Amino acid sequence: MSSTLEHDPRVIAERSGLGGVLAEYRRRLRQGDIGPLPVLVGLVVIWTIFQIAADGRFITPFNLVNLTLQMAAGGMISVGLVLVLLLGEIDLSAGVVSGLCAAIMAVLNINVGLPGPVAVGLALLAGAAVGTLQGAWSTGFGIPSFVVTLAGLIAWQGAMLQVLGRTGTINLGDPFIISLAGRFLSGPAAYVCLALFVAYVAIGPVVTQRRRAAGGLTVPPLAFLVIRAILVSAFATAAVVALDADRGISSGLLFLIVAVIVVDFVLRRVRLGRMIYAIGGNAEAARRAGIPVQRVRILVFTLASTFAALGGILGASRGYAVNQSAGQGPVLLNAIAAAVIGGVSLFGGRGTVWGALLGTIVIQSISNGMDLLSLSSSIKFMITGGVLITTVTIDAVLRRSRSTGAR
Amino acid sequence: MTTPDPERTDAGARTPLLELHGISKRFGAVQALTDVRFDVFPAEVVALVGDNGAGKSTLIKVISGIHRPDSGSIRWRGREVTLTTPNDSTALGIATVYQDLALCDNLDVVGNLYLGRELARPGGPLGVMDEVAMERRAVEVLRRLSVKIPSVRIPIASLSGGQRQSVAVARSVMGNNQVVLLDEPTAALGMAQTHEVLELIKRLREQGLGVVLISHNFANVYAVADRITVLRLGRWVGTYDAAVTSREQLIAFMTGAVPGTAEPPAVSEGVIGHPVEGK
Repeated sequence: MSSTLEHDPRVIAERSGLGGVLAEYRRRLRQGDIGPLPVLVGLVVIWTIFQIAADGRFITPFNLVNLTLQMAAGGMISVGLVLVLLLGEIDLSAGVVSGLCAAIMAVLNINVGLPGPVAVGLALLAGAAVGTLQGAWSTGFGIPSFVVTLAGLIAWQGAMLQVLGRTGTINLGDPFIISLAGRFLSGPAAYVCLALFVAYVAIGPVVTQRRRAAGGLTVPPLAFLVIRAILVSAFATAAVVALDADRGISSGLLFLIVAVIVVDFVLRRVRLGRMIYAIGGNAEAARRAGIPVQRVRILVFTLASTFAALGGILGASRGYAVNQSAGQGPVLLNAIAAAVIGGVSLFGGRGTVWGALLGTIVIQSISNGMDLLSLSSSIKFMITGGVLITTVTIDAVLRRSRSTGAR
Repeated sequence: MTTPDPERTDAGARTPLLELHGISKRFGAVQALTDVRFDVFPAEVVALVGDNGAGKSTLIKVISGIHRPDSGSIRWRGREVTLTTPNDSTALGIATVYQDLALCDNLDVVGNLYLGRELARPGGPLGVMDEVAMERRAVEVLRRLSVKIPSVRIPIASLSGGQRQSVAVARSVMGNNQVVLLDEPTAALGMAQTHEVLELIKRLREQGLGVVLISHNFANVYAVADRITVLRLGRWVGTYDAAVTSREQLIAFMTGAVPGTAEPPAVSEGVIGHPVEGK
């Protein structure tokens, strides 16, 4: 766009072509606008450490499939939390709401005898209702979401225990519910998924570039798009080949990826997404611009709790059971940690849902690796906490250098 | 007028864009505005000056629909209107740029220019935004106003104060706005940036907009204003031609050292200043 606007002499001209893209990227790195790079580097480090420490048992098709199974539930909760965090709000109840909705599903299916799909649908509705209630309560009475969802954290936990009743544990046997997280796509089916993903990653930006060019706007060089698409596709292909060498792509992982793609699209391309970022950036400005701030807030809390419910259902499906510990402590904390590691700001307005997916991979890799090493949970908690604070510190330090070392 | 306008000589044909008469507003024990009048024509800059507590902010809030006056009439293009909410005034085509700018630091320039009125892609599902159309029009508007920013796709956070102010002002002309209220637009800016914003105000006038400028800075007022309306203690002192009213006279009006148009003795005997109200 610089070419179409008059130039301020202080502004370094953006060079065109691939060199320009690289120069721009280097400039952003210097300014601390680092994107997902540190998380990717961190992930490589973590995987390398575990691969060495576990004598090569970490990066194996078998263990990677396990990793994807472990990711689905927490990742889904993180997706919902990203929406809330982007508003500059927090949902402390996400963990127990996931447990509550899993319990509701189990009771409706096993004790009441409703068919699997109906039980799942009602559990999702229950999640949505919980979110609407919390969001409306927070905006309606002007109580910080921290407090409202803290009350929710306690109250919904009680509700879950009430729903589960005296038995405490409900085993699941419904084929539909079990298949939600536990079915595998292997062979041709897996590669069809891969092809769809690659097409989305490669073709989408090219279409956008065409539209921009047709509208007379500056466009990123095609070579840049091609290189980026090749890199992402290569990673995706490697992952699918590895997963297919074992059981394949789990349905839980597939749900998670689809959720990430859909939410990412809404956040970047749809008016609702723009409103969410605007409210997180400056709620007063958003209000003055005519954005229905309260309605968006309530909607986001509803979506977040629904994603939490979905996460809880996937977790129950994978574990074939719901018990009293469903959705307790670490579930919520890991989901928040994943979002924060992925670069989502707790102050609102910054972050992406892809970042949260990366953060989920980091958190679950640590958990998975330490299980392989048979470390006690005391050690696991301490290391997870350490990784979280390290990531956030790196981000904070780089951010400070960005605000002081601006153009 | 510093810029004689052929239209303007024909007094009968010209109606102000916005015309306020006998505006009074009371907050509890405080009479914030008493019988205040104010008007702004197309393609002119009217400065609103006065000491602290003179009622400038209250008057701006009446115009932008935040405060409803207790009495008085407001006319928009000669037609009587009531402004009960900010939406009423926005709907007429009155835009207000507050001192805090009300920009979202995390969004890029295009996102801010279209905040709350994003364009949807025709036939697109679920309000998918038409980024290409928004960017094209954003570039168009910025170029028309000669706003200098490195790129319309960088976040507001990485712009300078003057550039932010320019984006905020540019946003006020994005719709079909015809009157722009600027509250202390140069308060936090350096010299070069102030110059940039003043040039921008002149271009708004060239585009035919009526600009209302609130400022404490006389140098800025004289740099762009065609007329100057002085308020003191919630009362209208007078409206003066900027070209022939000196800074000393203006200060005298603002402090009450010399009575203004509205106050006895009548201005014909008051000698100082050239009232131009009711043109």
